[in-house]
Amino acid sequence: MIRVNGRERPDPTNVRILLSDYLRHELGLTGTHVGCEHGVCGCCTVLLDGRPVRSCLMLAVQAGRHEVTTIEGLAGEGKLHPIQQAFHECHALQCGFCTPGFVLAVAGLLAKHRKPSDLEIDEGISGNLCRCTGYASIRRAVRRATELSK
Amino acid sequence: MTTRWFGERVQRLEDERFLRGTGLYTDDLGEGALEGCFVRSPYAHARITSIDTSAATAVPGVVAVYTAADLPFGQTDLPLLIPHPSLTQGRTQKCLAYEVVRYVGEAVAFVVAESRYVAEDAADQVLVEYEPLPVVITPETAQGAEHLVHADVPGNVAAELRQESGDVEVALSKAPHNLRLRLRFERGGAHPLEARAVWARWLEREGKLTVYDSTQSPTSIRGGLAVLFGLPETSVEVIAPDVGGGFGPKIMLFYPDELLVPFAAMQLGRPVKWTEDRREHFTAVNQERGQVHDVRVGYDGEGRLLGLDVDFIHDAGAYTPYGIILPIITAAQVPGPYRVPSYRVRFKALYTNATPTSPYRGAGRPHACFVMERTLDAIARELGLERAEVRRRNLLQPGDFPHEVGVGWQDGGRVVYDSGNYPALLETTLQHLGPKPAGEQVGLGLAMYVEGTGVGPYEGAHVQVLVSGEVVASTGIPTQGQGHQTVFAQVVADELGVRPEQVAVTTGDTRRFQWGVGTFASRAAVTAGNAMAVAARNVALKARRIAAEQLEVDPEDLELAGGMVRVKGAPDRGLPLAAVAILSNPLRYAFGGGAEIATPFQARPRPGPPLPEGEAPGLEATGYYSPPLGSTWAAGCHAAWVAVDPDTYRLRFLKYVVTHDCGRVINPLVLEGQIQGGVAQGIGGAFYERLAYDADGQLRNASFMEFLMPYATEVPEVEIHHQETPSPLNPLGIKGAGEAGTIPVGALVASAVEDALGVRITEMPLSPLKLFELSRPRC
Ligand code: FES
Ligand code: FES
Repeated sequence: MIRVNGRERPDPTNVRILLSDYLRHELGLTGTHVGCEHGVCGCCTVLLDGRPVRSCLMLAVQAGRHEVTTIEGLAGEGKLHPIQQAFHECHALQCGFCTPGFVLAVAGLLAKHRKPSDLEIDEGISGNLCRCTGYASIRRAVRRATELSK
Repeated sequence: MTTRWFGERVQRLEDERFLRGTGLYTDDLGEGALEGCFVRSPYAHARITSIDTSAATAVPGVVAVYTAADLPFGQTDLPLLIPHPSLTQGRTQKCLAYEVVRYVGEAVAFVVAESRYVAEDAADQVLVEYEPLPVVITPETAQGAEHLVHADVPGNVAAELRQESGDVEVALSKAPHNLRLRLRFERGGAHPLEARAVWARWLEREGKLTVYDSTQSPTSIRGGLAVLFGLPETSVEVIAPDVGGGFGPKIMLFYPDELLVPFAAMQLGRPVKWTEDRREHFTAVNQERGQVHDVRVGYDGEGRLLGLDVDFIHDAGAYTPYGIILPIITAAQVPGPYRVPSYRVRFKALYTNATPTSPYRGAGRPHACFVMERTLDAIARELGLERAEVRRRNLLQPGDFPHEVGVGWQDGGRVVYDSGNYPALLETTLQHLGPKPAGEQVGLGLAMYVEGTGVGPYEGAHVQVLVSGEVVASTGIPTQGQGHQTVFAQVVADELGVRPEQVAVTTGDTRRFQWGVGTFASRAAVTAGNAMAVAARNVALKARRIAAEQLEVDPEDLELAGGMVRVKGAPDRGLPLAAVAILSNPLRYAFGGGAEIATPFQARPRPGPPLPEGEAPGLEATGYYSPPLGSTWAAGCHAAWVAVDPDTYRLRFLKYVVTHDCGRVINPLVLEGQIQGGVAQGIGGAFYERLAYDADGQLRNASFMEFLMPYATEVPEVEIHHQETPSPLNPLGIKGAGEAGTIPVGALVASAVEDALGVRITEMPLSPLKLFELSRPRC
């Protein structure tokens, strides 16, 4: 059993399946994206017990006994989470492919620093690639998210 | 006053699904689909002596293994997309190679299995024997022609083109000063974060093929598949769903998968999917940018250009499916915003044993800008003039438009700049840049550019008001993140007097709109945007006709506003758009939702047939826009203070200012995103991203671990200023903006580094190591 977004989910069908593939193709949680499958782009970021990890670098079976949060689980069906709202307001996404990874990376960052400095912001998002936005709007979104989270 | 959405910073309407992770990218589709995996050539040039698929076929879970011999179209050359009279030796590849492979990554076999995991296992079991052949890898070696990429193409020359306006030899010989430069640009890759993917399903009973493809041109893919499979176009649907970035290379047709996935789906009677992985994307997807330019320039003592001669070679890669569009664009765009009294340009497109090239954001323009701006910087240095001053003295003036450059353009016509104010771009930028900040090794980077945007042939749009009053709009061009669902909704909302949120825009789905060309060359806003306006305007006219009859007023006295068709000056007298939509379709049966108003005993009796002569049912219209007189020419100026770290040779952008003119701006928020993102991509291409091919044609850095794309830590906040010189060529007065951010960045970085370190920069990309070597020459 793996806990994903607060629900117990069946074990992966195959021990060698990556966590990213398990989430996407066995659970249908396709909000977790795969941009490189070698741990560099951050598109596949999910939270493992609240901390951002790269689901393309883990086997699904390694997530057993942990709590996985994907982008679908961040706000559920309800109102957008403040980080999502901030990304929207600041135009911090274009094609949206990197977006779930960024949003969850920022969730990890804000869990550590309630009011991150500019340097901490850059550090917090510098494990994620975005090919569209040029990052300025993402930095603004992080600052906006701290305001919205108050 | 009615509200106007055009020009507003409207927040994007498409965001929510991406933020919640409910977007639909091609690989998100198709649980239960069979999955494919390619066997690709590990050699840059080799003869295939045998292919043995038996072991792969025997792997449990494998459904099919295809080689060229298994394909009815196996012997067919893939199409040459843009033929040109100068492309005398055009060559395209086969879907799957069977005699010779000519680049690492060329597809040789395609395995289809129950899962991707099994397909990858089996692909390893396909045994291909190769006999290596000599490899030609840089444009310079291709020119040397010691070895040939195609045995039947002498000198590796695919195409040769020469254009001249004025008499350059005379101009150069008469000029008081002459300079020569050799300027080199290396290959780069676009690398959208979503690699490519295709999903296909064949419904035998309906005879219908449905293909989801992360392409920039679904309408063309549909046309091609219909021809290939001998199906009527009406039996083929191609959808580009959400696409995770394009930047050019997703507009090839065909990549082998775009044929093989639908083919396998038809053969096997089950949906088939293929999703590219990043490693194969590095060599399987078209690249760009390899060019070497020899420049001769003549100028006077004031720094004014008199004659310019540019002779360059273009690295086409192993095949020329996209024709010679890239070097044609470079050739056309070298003069940029400047007056060049005599200009001659010659190029050769040369075959090499590398991935084919086709447009990547900028598409030949970054090179052109690099050539011109490097040349102007060299003139400034020789004459001891400020770099800005040399530009000032050569810029075209606001009264010079339309300006004919004297060379041909990528649409088959001539290069004619429609409008602009270039001196103002320069002065605004410099004013905002301000004085040099303190610090060691700080340099000024300055570059100006023009960009021919919005090329034809045309785009179309369909706009319909539903009986609920909601508006749907669609166009054939697909979207890869540019915010089309918002900006097109703004255009339609203005015409129909509704809010943008009430307009649901669909792009790139041939089920909704079957005509059009594609998303490339910064053309979507100009072509599809204007088509949207035309279609929506036709809907508004029709709404006024119908409402006028109901309200017994003259259509001229009606306006569309607040979701109503109402009498000007008497806003209470009117009909909701929903009612007009119902009335547009005379009914017999009331189906609910207020439809009874259109039934026989309810509707206002009127003479003539219930559906008036010449009128079609439905509050809908189609509109097209085809540029009548060539491209719209956007322009801009980038300037930056850049510090080069004395120890690490890292670049730090202390301040980066852009003034950009793309005519009237639909949505500044979206436009600024395009520019900031473009600059980031330009910075990557100028300083971090290099495709490191070795002499054997192996790409040595085919991973994000070694091909370094900029993270947030490498990209500054760009200060963006808008200047709006409307285009006289289209009703909305707009020009394209997609590539502008990227075009001048290489030239800007070269100029800044040269200024900061006092070294000469003649090539792109740079790197810390390169700068270190340049600044510390060996004794
Ligand atoms: S897909 Fe996992 S880091 Fe790129
Ligand atoms: S929005 Fe496209 S990669 Fe970030």
